[in-house]
Amino acid sequence: MEKTKFGKFGGQYVPEILMPEIKKIEEAYEFYKNDKKFNEELTDLLNNYAGRPSLLYFAKNMTEDLGGAKIYLKREDLNHTGAHKINNVLGQALLAKYMGKKRVIAETGAGQHGVATATAAALLGMECEIYMGKEDTERQALNVYRMELLGAKVHAVTFGTQTLKDAVNEAMKAWAQRVDDTFYILGSVVGPHPFPIMVRDFQSVISKEAREQILETEGRLPDVVMACVGGGSNAMGMFYNFIDDKDVKLIGCEAAGHGVNTEKHAATLTKGRTGIFHGMKSIFCQDEHGQIAPVYSISAGLDYPGVGPEHAHLFDTKRADYVAITDDEAVDAFEYLSKTEGIIPAIESSHAVAYAKKLAPTMKKDEIIIVCLSGRGDKDVAAIARYKGRNINE
Amino acid sequence: MNNLFNKKEIIGFLMAGDPDLETTKQSIIAMDKAGAGMVELGIPFSDPIAESDVIQDSNMRALENETYLPNIFKMIEELRTETQIPVIFHTYMNPVFNYGYENFFKECSEKGIYGIVVPDLPFEEKGEIQEYADKYGVSIISFVVPTDEKRIKEIAKNAQGFIYFVASIGTEEEDKSHKAKAIIDIIKSVTDIPVAAGFAINTPEQAAQYSKIADGIIIGNTIVKLIEQYGKNSPEHIYDYVKSMKDAIK
Repeated sequence: MEKTKFGKFGGQYVPEILMPEIKKIEEAYEFYKNDKKFNEELTDLLNNYAGRPSLLYFAKNMTEDLGGAKIYLKREDLNHTGAHKINNVLGQALLAKYMGKKRVIAETGAGQHGVATATAAALLGMECEIYMGKEDTERQALNVYRMELLGAKVHAVTFGTQTLKDAVNEAMKAWAQRVDDTFYILGSVVGPHPFPIMVRDFQSVISKEAREQILETEGRLPDVVMACVGGGSNAMGMFYNFIDDKDVKLIGCEAAGHGVNTEKHAATLTKGRTGIFHGMKSIFCQDEHGQIAPVYSISAGLDYPGVGPEHAHLFDTKRADYVAITDDEAVDAFEYLSKTEGIIPAIESSHAVAYAKKLAPTMKKDEIIIVCLSGRGDKDVAAIARYKGRNINE
Repeated sequence: MNNLFNKKEIIGFLMAGDPDLETTKQSIIAMDKAGAGMVELGIPFSDPIAESDVIQDSNMRALENETYLPNIFKMIEELRTETQIPVIFHTYMNPVFNYGYENFFKECSEKGIYGIVVPDLPFEEKGEIQEYADKYGVSIISFVVPTDEKRIKEIAKNAQGFIYFVASIGTEEEDKSHKAKAIIDIIKSVTDIPVAAGFAINTPEQAAQYSKIADGIIIGNTIVKLIEQYGKNSPEHIYDYVKSMKDAIK
């Protein structure tokens, strides 16, 4: 396998103008990932700033209520800034600093990655600009203000579908215009090599901890590990250290929006085809002419027409399964976890919770599921209230 | 075709299907009459990540008109009854991948497409389509941007057709053309392939300046702006503009 690819997926399909910089990042990452000082500094940030390790919480009420497999939640929602995104951002921002960059840019969908990037930039004293689809700036207005509070400049992207895909386009363009002093902190396991590998490595702390935690608590590996998938960073982080454990089933939960047989979904692996876009060969929602399709999900973080190339590979080789969860199912799970466990999950994470609700009752009581709770749901409360017909101002 | 680049050439860019394919055809004929040596024809894509806002909007207008590869190839077939001006395609990987490499390059060859320019296909990934392009004799045009000498030489040595030099880097006009000459000199030290300079060359003065150092000038933004402004009546305005650029480099 070429080092830039996962099976037939991956690669570096980017404009020539970005190529020299991407190679520099590749070289710097190869070096610093084995550098003692870099790793010590990153571990210190993760533990003493972001609050790692995150808890592996036994969801007793949920387990009893569903009456099947034991359910554990990997609590990434407890991290500083409220989601798994900070794991990757601290890694990349530190790499940027080691490379001598003074300025970072990022795209964001729900705003969680943008907030995490603005946070790291504030901490490390870097200039920060965030690209966000105009539609997303409206449905996640609080996160826009949060980023500004942290000192970042937020650009509302008005081109195309005005969502995450267009934010990535615009961030790539902005990067091409100013590569010399700027590092593009990509928020998911997507884009050209080395981003899918680098982001996965930084997120793999999730499964590294979870694997140790479950072995300590239960003395055995889980039967199923699951996570929501947009671009797929929390899922890659949750899967990675279990990939070689052949008996552990890996399940990714995509956004089915209004349903996979409508035009309003973002279920890339369920409905998409192979293509080349955003720097990678992977699987994308696209029309018969190879135009990238407008996608939809109630969750801005899952509202992306592609998926990371490593997921495409896990799907292609059947190592992981991918299921699609509708808006209604996710909202139901959002409310369910709030009421049952006193934990308000992000609407993204609620997609994984929804599938756990379906799957657990079909499993035996001595079997174990770990669900990655990728983020907390505070940011979604107003939107869910609106979904339920209550007009709450943020 | 063999006479191409025997003199300084103007290469005119426009997007297929903006405002409609018939106007695109007439605009190409107008460019030919005005003395353009080649046409760079955009195949619209939903997410053109490497274009100016002007060309990005042109992509969207063309897609609203449902301009896709099958009707673009049909327009080229009609065009060929009127002019043999060399045409290169400018597109992104996904529409080509989706059409199938074999089908795409076979049809390019049948319709006399000289080469393709693909902004999201860097040197490292050329292998993705090289065998199909070679099989059907279609050149993959390489971009060169101001970067390190080693990389420029590596790209230049492996280039086909001509080299597309991205001349827009830098802020001062004077500084840009100075840098451009240094880079074109590096290219010329390893290959005889012609070099065409593009991106941000809009005026006859700029064309005259770049024609001193490059074998051709690629013009796009102004043409697309004329199309945006004049729509179906744009061919005559394109003729005037291309002629003014051609006259400037004589």
